[in-house]
Amino acid sequence: MFSKPENRKVYWKEFMHQCNDIGIGSLGIVVIISVFMGAVSTLQTAYQLVSPLIPKSSIAQIVRDTVLLEFAPTLVCIVLAGVVGSKIASELGNMRVSEQIDALEIMGINTKTYLVLPKIVAALVVIPMLVVISAGLGIWGGRLAGEAANILSTTDFDKGLLNAFLPYNVFFAMVKAYVFSFIISSVPAFYGYYVQGGALEIGRASTKSVVVSCVLILFADYVLAAILL
Amino acid sequence: MIEVKHIKKGFGDKTVINDVSAVMDDGKCNLIIGASGSGKTVFMKCLVGLFRPDSGSILYDGEDFTNMDAADKKEIRKKIGMLFQGSALFDSLTVEKNIQFPLDMFTNWTLAEKRKRVDEVLDRVELRDANKKFPAEISGGMKKRVGIARAIVLNPKYLFCDEPNSGLDPQTSLVIDKLIKELTQEFNITTVINTHDMNSVMEIGDKIIYMYKGDKEWEGNNKEIIFSKNQRLNEFIFASDFLRDAKDMRMLEQTGKIDNDRNMEDLIR
Repeated sequence: MFSKPENRKVYWKEFMHQCNDIGIGSLGIVVIISVFMGAVSTLQTAYQLVSPLIPKSSIAQIVRDTVLLEFAPTLVCIVLAGVVGSKIASELGNMRVSEQIDALEIMGINTKTYLVLPKIVAALVVIPMLVVISAGLGIWGGRLAGEAANILSTTDFDKGLLNAFLPYNVFFAMVKAYVFSFIISSVPAFYGYYVQGGALEIGRASTKSVVVSCVLILFADYVLAAILL
Repeated sequence: MIEVKHIKKGFGDKTVINDVSAVMDDGKCNLIIGASGSGKTVFMKCLVGLFRPDSGSILYDGEDFTNMDAADKKEIRKKIGMLFQGSALFDSLTVEKNIQFPLDMFTNWTLAEKRKRVDEVLDRVELRDANKKFPAEISGGMKKRVGIARAIVLNPKYLFCDEPNSGLDPQTSLVIDKLIKELTQEFNITTVINTHDMNSVMEIGDKIIYMYKGDKEWEGNNKEIIFSKNQRLNEFIFASDFLRDAKDMRMLEQTGKIDNDRNMEDLIR
């Protein structure tokens, strides 16, 4: 399927272009989602922890683990499946329909290597970074909301954050991030690359790729949790 | 020279190309003509390797392209330039970068050398002023010229043009035809053109292959086509009264007679 690049410089440029598109292009939405998801987690956890026997700092502990184990990798990747996945599928679909892929083939370029591989590698590099950023911002959002809503002080929150912290959870989050990154980039690339027809089919391929990616992410989420936890 | 030997191509039960053999001559414009659905686009896609024929072979200067391994095929493809029906320019790149793309990919030239070559081909297709524009900002005729510039930037030995005049006005079509003809002669390229355009047939058809329902129905040149007795070809080429009149006038000029029972006085009037 993939072959040796015809010119490493051009491929590197394409890889950097994809890193920029996938990473920087999705940063805004990731920041917004992460901060709010952390903030809402704090508020809802506090709402459910009514017992005076449970210390307030437990809220931070719950927010930390929820964000690390589920929200940052899974929720963010599902959103990215929509943002990045539809972009990849429609870009490749448009290139297929307008014969740009044929033009590259005729030039003697392996189009799978040139068009698909940089997208997958870029996703594998930048999406885990986005997940790390998301986890950090999620926890920060929770801390901010805890203080703003007068639920717990930042000192209590920080104390809870450090309590019973398992580095394995970070490892688990990163495994999920890598698996989901591959799904987010490869599934839409497949649907986009093999699209046939016109504008309508590009739209269909784009929608289908997002739906399939989301289902696969949820399925992989369950399998990874069952295996690794 | 490209030799096509008994190629067949089908999709499912439908045969699209049925045992076609032909030779595409060096330094000439080889036209493939035929009605929609006659198989000429599939034929061209087989020639450039986008489709693999079910049987038969395609030889580029004696080398069997059909059964080559991927590495050898890649080498042949570096000698091929192609102009697509919709131009197939890369939307995200400027005109200049579109033309520079094959140079970036296949040469180790410096940026200055690449720019010089891009300027040369832009001059050749008379598009120097459009170099910084994006494909969406230029007209259909300009897109075709950019497509030609990109196809010739690596000095190809073979040039394929799929419907080069589709969607263009007659005047721009003539400019494109003239450009393709000049480039073919200037660089001794083997040019293969798929077309419906009768102006192209008459103006640049050094060799014409007429396809009908997947078969090669007729072969000749733009001089012989006027006198062809092939009924299907005549029905296709001279489909309108205007074209039939033009044909008969041309025959009248050249031979002093026409070969059908039309009223000469009506024709002359």
